[in-house]
Amino acid sequence: MTITALLFASYADAFGLASVELALEPGARVSDALARLREMPGGGVLPAAPKVAVNLAYARGDVVLAQGDELAVIPPVAGG
Amino acid sequence: MRTAIVSRAIDPAALVAEASAHARGAVVLFLGTVRDVNDGRAVEGMEYAAYGAMAEKELAAIAREAAERFPAADIIVEHRTGRLALGEVSVGIAVGHAHRGPAYDASRYVIEELKRRLPVWKREEYADGTREWVDPTRAREGAGR
Repeated sequence: MTITALLFASYADAFGLASVELALEPGARVSDALARLREMPGGGVLPAAPKVAVNLAYARGDVVLAQGDELAVIPPVAGG
Repeated sequence: MRTAIVSRAIDPAALVAEASAHARGAVVLFLGTVRDVNDGRAVEGMEYAAYGAMAEKELAAIAREAAERFPAADIIVEHRTGRLALGEVSVGIAVGHAHRGPAYDASRYVIEELKRRLPVWKREEYADGTREWVDPTRAREGAGR
């Protein structure tokens, strides 16, 4: 299956990408997608347990992903 | 209740007028503005970036929560994105309520939750030409408050 990972702010700068398609095994979890991202150039920027959102809602690392999901890796937020 | 992520200037008077529509008796306005010094460095400008679709959804959820905690509050919130100059308004929260207590409390709830949850980032531009994404989790003691 394929999911779309979105990167923002300092993470996007480190990867040099704002989004990337990831091909994952069926049943893969958020943590599997993060492991894949860590193998990419710039992946070292990701902390051990970054905040993530799946399809626009904050999610935990053990959430199972589905075909077409949008996984956002959220750097420390600084709104206001 | 109305919430929005906007790329234009925020008009505080318009927010107040909107929150005052029901002649509640109390209106609290909170404005967040771009600070000229952060963490001891001179700041010349700021760029706000958002995960737009999620930020819209999360901001609406925060306002709904505040409206549930402080019933009958009229809550209007706008957060701006893009490049802002010093002193410009980055966030505006107007709350109308029959009484000042819940009006202040609802306003405080919205700003604190927004700072904790809203997927928005800011990059400061310094006087020496460098720029850096702000990471509040790394702010030095006494900074960023």
